Amino acid sequence: MSNLAWIFVSTLLVNNFTLVMFLGLCSFFGVTAKIETAWRLGLANTFVLLLTAIFAWLLNTFVLGAAPYLRIVAFIVVIASAVQFVEMAVRKYLPVLFRQLGIYLPLITTNCAILGLALFQTSRHYTLIEGLVFAIGAGLGLTLALSLMASIRERIEVADVPRIARRMGLVLVIASSLSMAFMGFAGMGSAP
Amino acid sequence: MVPGAPPPATVIADMWRGIGRENPVLVQFLGMCPTMAVTNTLANGIAMGAATTFVLVGSGLFVSLFRKYIAHEVRITSYILIIATFVTLADMILAATFPAISKALGPFMPLIVANCLLLGRAEAFAAKVAVHRAVADGLGMGLGFTLSLSLLSALRETLGHGSLLGHPLFGPRFEPWVFMVMPPGGFFALGVALLALAWIVELRRRRVRAVA
Repeated sequence: MSNLAWIFVSTLLVNNFTLVMFLGLCSFFGVTAKIETAWRLGLANTFVLLLTAIFAWLLNTFVLGAAPYLRIVAFIVVIASAVQFVEMAVRKYLPVLFRQLGIYLPLITTNCAILGLALFQTSRHYTLIEGLVFAIGAGLGLTLALSLMASIRERIEVADVPRIARRMGLVLVIASSLSMAFMGFAGMGSAP
Repeated sequence: MVPGAPPPATVIADMWRGIGRENPVLVQFLGMCPTMAVTNTLANGIAMGAATTFVLVGSGLFVSLFRKYIAHEVRITSYILIIATFVTLADMILAATFPAISKALGPFMPLIVANCLLLGRAEAFAAKVAVHRAVADGLGMGLGFTLSLSLLSALRETLGHGSLLGHPLFGPRFEPWVFMVMPPGGFFALGVALLALAWIVELRRRRVRAVA
């Protein structure tokens, strides 16, 4: 049990997927202008991460033992199909949420956090339960980072910023200080 | 002529665009994850740039070759499959030739698949032009990517380790600025580089206005 709790805290804070491991930076910079979309996208990502954890475990256990060189191809095809499936399900049963997420839903496929989760799960030999906890920690960590960044950017919107810092420059320096704050959790130890 | 095809240009112009005005990292902000994650030493930066160039050229070649046979509905899946095949190749070649660098890059080598730069170039360019232009574009984008990664990683390694490609630069009394090789340093280095770039553009704009 303590092992599961450790995996959760470690992926949520110590090794935060976005701010410390550099996974999913496209959405971190692209979709953090408004806090509403930011946390919704974070939760959608969490759901896809959970699905991916299950599929990656199934592939690793039953298929890829015989053909390890097909790992990358198999993972990416499964992720792309899972995202397609989630998109169809959301469109059918939750049309309001579908309209709010818009283009960001299909774009989850090329979010490296998803593929990264599957690869880390493989290299660390997680069981199914550990993998699911890992996925929840990673997803909530992603949501946390996206929401923090979006709330800071909403404030900057009304501040008087020098002209040269209006584009990505300032955003990156803010990301650097956020990342520095998360480095503070490193004292809690490294991954097992 | 394919709808939405890029305007005709020479091979040199196709190649130069990726290095200069449409640089993937400094202008388009594509492929940010590897840009941040592997640029703590120059060797890692160059290896990641070379591998990405290989995949860009290979996938550009095949996407362009098969552009008339891939149905519109399944095109994204087909492009992803072509890219994933080349990434697997690059991953295995690197692991066989430079095992130490392959270990240092870790999961970021297979993660080239999810680099938006690759799918972006396949969809926006390679699928709409002849083979030689697709290859030239892949080479240019790859070189531009490698160049930005090399600059960033040279800066970070010099300040953070006091060395370049593993050779010490400043002698034993140098106190390394460890912050630069840690994760926040990646964001910081690129942020400062972009601020400097924006500053130069702004100065030039002011001079043009003063003359006019």
